[in-house]
Amino acid sequence: MVKLDEIQKRLMREVADLHEIPEGAYNFRANSQLAGRSTTANIDIKSKEDVSGIDIIIKDGTKKESVHIPVVLSESGIKETVYNDFYVGEDCDVLIVAGCGIDNCGSQDSEHDGVHRFFIGKNSKVKYVEKHYGSGDGKGKRILNPVTEVYMEENAAMEMEMVQIKGVDSTERTTKAELKAGAKLVVHERLMTHGEQKAASVYDVALNGDGSSADVVSRSVARDSSYQKLDLCILGNAACSGHTECDSIIMDNGRILAVPSLEANSVEAMLVHEAAIGKIAGDQLTKLMTLGLTEQEAEEQIINGFLK
Amino acid sequence: MLELINITFNADNDGQEKEIIKDISLKVEDDRFTVITGPNGGGKSTLAKIIAGIEKPQSGRILLDGRDITGLSITDRAKAGIGFAFQQPVRFKGLTVLDLLKIASGKPIKISEACSYLSEVGLCAKDYINREINASLSGGELKRIEIATILAKDPRLAVFDEPEAGIDLWSFQNLIKIFENMQKSVSGRSIMVISHQERILSIADEIVVLANGQISAQGSREEILPTIMGTDSAVGSCGMLEKEAKSNG
Repeated sequence: MVKLDEIQKRLMREVADLHEIPEGAYNFRANSQLAGRSTTANIDIKSKEDVSGIDIIIKDGTKKESVHIPVVLSESGIKETVYNDFYVGEDCDVLIVAGCGIDNCGSQDSEHDGVHRFFIGKNSKVKYVEKHYGSGDGKGKRILNPVTEVYMEENAAMEMEMVQIKGVDSTERTTKAELKAGAKLVVHERLMTHGEQKAASVYDVALNGDGSSADVVSRSVARDSSYQKLDLCILGNAACSGHTECDSIIMDNGRILAVPSLEANSVEAMLVHEAAIGKIAGDQLTKLMTLGLTEQEAEEQIINGFLK
Repeated sequence: MLELINITFNADNDGQEKEIIKDISLKVEDDRFTVITGPNGGGKSTLAKIIAGIEKPQSGRILLDGRDITGLSITDRAKAGIGFAFQQPVRFKGLTVLDLLKIASGKPIKISEACSYLSEVGLCAKDYINREINASLSGGELKRIEIATILAKDPRLAVFDEPEAGIDLWSFQNLIKIFENMQKSVSGRSIMVISHQERILSIADEIVVLANGQISAQGSREEILPTIMGTDSAVGSCGMLEKEAKSNG
């Protein structure tokens, strides 16, 4: 076990809202090493033997329990790929909090590529929260390329909150999901890029069973000279309903490419997509200024609200 | 007291300069509910925006309690005590009603305080406090929230730009009640409403008629209202519809 230093503790707070050791199961990873682990009667965590990563096994009927698996990188020059598999049994109701914080004060790039796979059993409910955060003023880049795969059995429900607000230089996010009958997926993505950052986020959601549904909503802000590509695709292969929405604010010299797409392979599929990109509306700024905020304060309030 | 001295405002109209406000001088006294009326295109909303600092006049001076605020920005005028309710309230994705009320009051406020502002404008606080100010709100709801932000800000001078515009008749009835309450408790502040609705004019202490960018009449309600009844400056809502709204409401 490794003791966390102050930087690592700060990163932990940013990505997992953890001030203390959480109740329930957890697995802390710091600079590619195990820094702490706890299991419960219903949730087991095992290290993988072939590759770096863990298996999280949640027993049938586990309710009101949580798993935290934060990762922090505070040394410059680390490059790692980690495979975490979540096996959620049937009839569960659990909260899973993951996240990665990178502090890079050095000159070498630091990169964490997390591959998360979720196998969610029948009638189970999962809330998944993932936060990414970067800090440090070194020349080395902070790179995060998360891959998330979700396989949902009949009537499973998953709500995903994916947040990347600060400090990550380059990111390629890939999220795939396959839903069986009656399964329901709700995704809220919040993305902000600044400086010269580049971010790509690709969603590929297949609605394979009757009565399955997906609602994928991405809100993003591109500031300075940053670039974002948002590619949200839903495939309707049964009597299902799907909705994707990319809603973006563009500022300074930021650039955004939004590519929401739909593919219907069943006449019973009901699919909708929406996309909007625009600068902050002038009358929004004016309204907040008539309430006493400066233009800059008004801008901050609007963005904070938008990304909340 | 707000004082406008020789205010002139020209707008660019397809390359041609058009005089919208022509050398207006006006005093808005304290403890008064003043209604600015007049035909459409007469310059009423422009005048309201000039007071809030959203439009800059080409010439003239604006004094608030004797202090020259002509050069102040929108933000500084808000800080100096001017509140402005938009004719078309703005929507904000993500910001909640509570967020906006907090910003308006300029200090951390308790939920119970925020709720009291909403109750005053006839909204059930628990249904609205955490609602986003987005497209899911109707025009009438937005108008009331807009007014609630002014209550939360509690300015020395509150300017309402056509509060009745864009709302249905049922909401209009309730809006009148809100303004009646404001008129009763105006003491220590002043309220200025841009409107040509007869129902709002009938609760005014003071009426100013603005036509073609100039003040054509100014005085107490008793003095002015009879002279403008039935004109563009005092429009009644449709009697039939109003009756229907009353029986339904």
